[in-house]
This record gives sequence, C-alpha cells and structure tokens, in this order.
Amino acid sequence: MPVKRAEKTTMPVREPVTRAHDFMEVNEGYTVSQAGFEAERCLRCQDPVCVGGCPVNVPIPEFIHAVATGDMAAAAKMLRSANPLPAICGRVCPQESQCEADCSMTLRFDPVAIGHLERYVADWERTQPPNVEAKITRQEKVAVIGAGPSGLVCAGELARQGYPVTIYEALHAPGGVLRYGIPEFRLPKAILDWEIGLLKAMGVEIVCNVIIGKTLTLDDLFNRMGYAAVFIGTGAGLPQFLGIPGENLNGVMSANEFLTRINLMRGYDPEADTPVRVGRRVAVIGAGNTAMDAVRTSLRMGAEEAMIVYRRSDKEMSARVEEYHHAIEEGVKFHWLTNPLEVIDDGSGWVSGLKCQKMKLGEPDASGRARPIPIEGSEFVLPVENVVLAIGTTPNPLLTRTTAGLNTNKKGCLVADEQTGLTSKSLVFAGGDAVTGAATVILAAGAGKRAAHAIHEALASAPASS
Amino acid sequence: MPRIIETRQLTPVTKLFRIEAPLIAASARPGQFVMLRVREGGERIPITIADYDREAGALTIVVQEVGATTKRVCALEAGDEILDVAGPLGGHIEIAPGGHVCGVGGGFGSAALLCLMRAFTARGDKTTAILGARSKDLLILADELRPLCTNVEVCTDDGSAGFKGFVTQRLAQMIDGDGPGRPDHVVAIGPMAMMRAVAETTRGPGVKTLVSMDPLMVDGTGMCGGCRVNVGGKAKFACVDGPCFDAHEVDFDVAMRRNKAYVKEEKKALDRLACMEIREAR
Repeated sequence: MPVKRAEKTTMPVREPVTRAHDFMEVNEGYTVSQAGFEAERCLRCQDPVCVGGCPVNVPIPEFIHAVATGDMAAAAKMLRSANPLPAICGRVCPQESQCEADCSMTLRFDPVAIGHLERYVADWERTQPPNVEAKITRQEKVAVIGAGPSGLVCAGELARQGYPVTIYEALHAPGGVLRYGIPEFRLPKAILDWEIGLLKAMGVEIVCNVIIGKTLTLDDLFNRMGYAAVFIGTGAGLPQFLGIPGENLNGVMSANEFLTRINLMRGYDPEADTPVRVGRRVAVIGAGNTAMDAVRTSLRMGAEEAMIVYRRSDKEMSARVEEYHHAIEEGVKFHWLTNPLEVIDDGSGWVSGLKCQKMKLGEPDASGRARPIPIEGSEFVLPVENVVLAIGTTPNPLLTRTTAGLNTNKKGCLVADEQTGLTSKSLVFAGGDAVTGAATVILAAGAGKRAAHAIHEALASAPASS
Repeated sequence: MPRIIETRQLTPVTKLFRIEAPLIAASARPGQFVMLRVREGGERIPITIADYDREAGALTIVVQEVGATTKRVCALEAGDEILDVAGPLGGHIEIAPGGHVCGVGGGFGSAALLCLMRAFTARGDKTTAILGARSKDLLILADELRPLCTNVEVCTDDGSAGFKGFVTQRLAQMIDGDGPGRPDHVVAIGPMAMMRAVAETTRGPGVKTLVSMDPLMVDGTGMCGGCRVNVGGKAKFACVDGPCFDAHEVDFDVAMRRNKAYVKEEKKALDRLACMEIREAR
C-alpha cells in the first residue's frame, strides 16, 4: 500500500524573475511520476464529496484512479464525458473553492490536486490523435449565440447528440473570455484552438463577425434561418466604471479593454497594429481573477511597478489563491483596504496618480463580506501612469435591447430556468454569465451542458419536422 | 470573407468601397457603423456605414487614409476580400418625421449622409445636405446626394465651389431663414472640430442636433469601454449607446483629448508600414 503523502505534489512553475517578463505559461504541468504520486494520494472515497463540489460532476475518483493505474486513455475519456473543456478548466477553475474544498484529505492534510491532475490528463489527450467524428443524425438545426465557454460546451454536447449546430460569434475569433480575457501565460491560445478544433471536427460550424441582435435578430434565427432552438451564451462583457473624477483621463481603462488589446488584438506582438501604452507604474483596481490577470499582464508589458488597489482586505478578494500567489512571486504590490477616490491629471490629460483613502473593515454587508469604512484624513496619492479598472462586468445589452419577450432582471441578466436554461421565450435557452452575471468558466460550461440536454429533450419530444 | 465589388477614389486620400455583405446590408440603418479588420494582427477599426443596397446585398463605406490600418484598407481594390467586416453596430438615427432635416457633412463624413438623406427624403421629410470641404477637389459625393435630398448646399473654405466659408456659417444663415430655411433637426457627421462648431451654432437658436461620435474603439460591441463619451455628465459607450448623441450634451474637450491617446503609437505604426512597403518594393 503506497504511503499517502500529507502534502500536495507541487506544480512545477517557471521562475518568477523570467516569467514575469514574457507571456509563456507559468505552470509547467506535472511529469509522469508527479502525476502518479499525486493520483496515489486520492482515497477513492465511497461517497466522493469532491464530485458534488464540481459544477459538472466530473467522476473525480474514477479518473484519478485511472491515472494511478496508468490507463490514460480511460482517464481522458471519463474526464471528457463530464467536462468538455478539461484542458481549460484544469488551468482556470477555482478548485480550492470547488472540488478540492471538500476533499476528504483536507480533514488532516492537503487536498488531492484534482485540478493539476485534470490538466495533466487533458494535456496527455492533446498529444494523441483526436478521437472525435462528425455524426449529424438529427434534422433540427440549433443556433448558439456566442463562442465563449457556455456556448462552446453547449454546441459540443448538441453535436454529440447528432444535431447540426452553428455558433454565431460577434468578434473575429471564437473563445469569448477565454480569448480576449484570460492571458496567454495562464491559458495558452493553442489549447483553446485545439478545443475549438475538436468541436469543428465534430461538425460544429462557427460563424464569426455576426452579432445576433444586430446583423440578424433572434427571431431571424427561427423564421429566416430555420433553426429549431437557440442557446444564448453572450456572457457578461460590459465593463463597469467607478464614476470617480478623472476616470476619462487618457491612461485609464477597463481591464476588458487592457486585456483585449493584449490578448485578442495581440498587443504584446510588435508586428501587431493595436496600440497599448503601459506606463512605468500601473494601478489595477479590484481583486478578482481579472484584476490579477491585468496586474500580471502589466508587468509583462514592461511596467516597473504593478499594484492592486482594493478597498477590502486579502480575506475578501475573489481571485484564485494560485493567481494571488503567482502575483506575489512576480513582484506585484498590494494595497489592501485602499479605496480609489480620484484619478489625478498630469496637466495634459494623462494620468499622473491615483488619490486613495485608507479603509477599515466593519460589519458584513449585503454580500456577506465585511463592509469597508473610510478612515477620515487618510487620503494619499499613489503615483501611477495607468489605472486599470477590474471591478466587474455586466451582461451585454446588444441582444436583449433588440429582442422582444426576452426577460431580464434588474441587473440586466437573462431570466432562465436554473435547471434547463429555458428563457421567457419558447425554445430559447440561455446560460453562463449572461444569466448569472460574471462568474467562472466551469459554471458557464455546466450551464451550457445542462441547456444542451434540455434542448435535446425539447426537440426530441416534439414531433419530427421531416 | 466579404469581397469588394467596386472602388472609387473620391479624393487622393479618400476611397469609396462597395462590399458584398448581404446580411449587413439587409439590417443596416442610417447612423450605424461596421468594424473592419484587414490583416491578421491588424486593428479593428470602426467605419460609418455610408450606404446600403438591400436588394444587391451591398454595403458602401468611405475610408480616409489617416493611419496604418486605413492606409491598408485604401490599398484594396475591386475583387479583393476584406478579412473581417462585422455589423451593423451602434444605434440608428431616429428623428420624428415631418420636419426639415439638415445633414451636415464635413470631409469624408459627407458619405454617411447618403443613406441618411435617402431614408428621410423617402418618408416625406424636407431634407438639406450641407457639404463642406477645403476646396472643390476635396468635395465628395455632391452629385450622388443631389437626387437624394430636397436641397444640397456646398461650402468650400476657398470658395472654389458653392458658398465661400464654413458649413457652420451657411448653417447659421439657414437658421436665420436663408436658402432652404431653418432646419428642425441637424445631424452633423465629420471631424470632431466641425461637429463641435455645429453644436455651438445650433445651441443658441435651440435647433435639435445629433453628432456622430467616432472615438477610439477596440471591439465595437460594448466590451472594452474605450469609446466612452461624456454625454450630459455621464459616461456613455459610443458603440452601444451611440454613436449619435445630442450635440449639446457632448463634452467635446474630453472626446478630442481621448482620441489623441495613441498618436505616438499610430505614427510608429505608419512608419512601420512605410518600412514594410519599401522592403516589399525591393
């Protein structure tokens, strides 16, 4: 019986001093022996709580056991049957608050590194010839709006059921936030391209540069184009601003703009045309994953000093622990309990500083997190040339503004059934951030998958059209 | 990829393109724009829709060479394909019917008056297009606009054609009752300085005025917020809330400053393009 180690097998990472200046992936992935050791740590519980913690219920003990026995093909098959984007989720999921949170090992030791093993299996799978084929057996066409995580997963599941699926993407390349938002050093585009390649091999058609709600309406999809059902996965892409003085100065941008210029538009590439100007010092406001992505990207774009400014403390930050640790290692500075009040003009319309106020924590607020309270007389100015706002996004109104009968809530999120994703319009389903507001890749993937099954049920139960 | 059906050089730096884009042509409305990309690694740039022909499935745009990307666009000819064309984006111009609508076009901004004037004339509005240019040879699309409007007023700085002076001077005369008379609505499309001058001309007399803002954009779909314009003290996204706003509410100072955010980088991109052209020529 192998000894169960108390500690998680550490993920090999590239040296902070080198990696903080390039865009290559930070995590290097387990070696065969590391994966084997880590897989052996799994207790294979009778009642695996980890599975319940996973939004798509990956059969975790089973796939890990397959890794331990060296049956990689079986591990890959099990993983993919539950999670259509394993190489992506293995990299970007907040495992510490999902599957790994309740791992039985945590009673006394570190949890099993489920995420690292997921990535290991998915990366192994990419070295193999793709094991998919297009089997279109159904008559009813389905349209998917948005090629982000929920749309890709929904399309993949429907294609697997034999439906002809077309994804309509507004931008010039598919992937949604996986392409414009998450940086290369966390999720290499080659992995995204590989996953999208699999979908295409399964017969999914992806049409870029078509904005549903503008180029075509939702009703056009049914009436003119003959689709039998529609899935909306348009995400939450509209950036929020603080509304503080100086926010329109040159050098202030949303994290979405900053990351899109660099990721989607390849701003890091000297041959690309989209300009990005990163000053010597960059302040990123917010402490979620997007904030961490933006602040670490600033370093890679040449900033000498990159800092997080957050009005609460590190306890309340929503970023993944791994990103936070990586950011610390790379030299990111953290100004906790610091509230931005005003962006300071250098006299020519550009940013010269960020005026802030120190905060202290009070009683929990509506979000359940401690409410930050300003400390009188604590104002100070951080000298910076850029201010990047990563304080959240809301759903894009392009589709809902032009579609009658599609209900949204006060926050602009689509109203959809929690289980099926059915919206207020017949045969129109929705999932992901467009429904929940900004959340995680895996929650979006789970919603896309559930909606695909609901669409199948709705179409299969209807009398055949041919 | 959308194919270019025909091109026409309007001035040495301005070119008209008719593009095969049936879906966009079918849904386009006056005032909207498209996003364009011409090469891998290239920028996405917003271009106002000049005209559309739903039956032929054709979209007309007019592009002026100002930076590296527009230079690349203007190098394209009939038969060439454009890598990406997405749209129509933004809201369309809505004006209550039955009045006198005056479209003011400065420079290549006159192009966007084509579909605008046609639509308002067709529904029975009295329409006037005021076209401005430095001199006669820089004036564009006057002949095309004549059959689409009730009146066309031409203004040149040097007096080589039509009224000698700025579009705003002619507009002020009209507001005072001269020529086609006082407009009920003004829509100004052109350089920021011209649009601001139009706003100032109509503010006093209280003529409702829309301006078509062209801030820097990355995606054009509401995602980046780079195109925010200060309208009535509130930040509005030109791509989803605009691009046309009440001229008397727009903060032009901020808008003009924001549009200059990347002048250095744009100059560099132009230099790089010039180097590439020299390399290719060799």
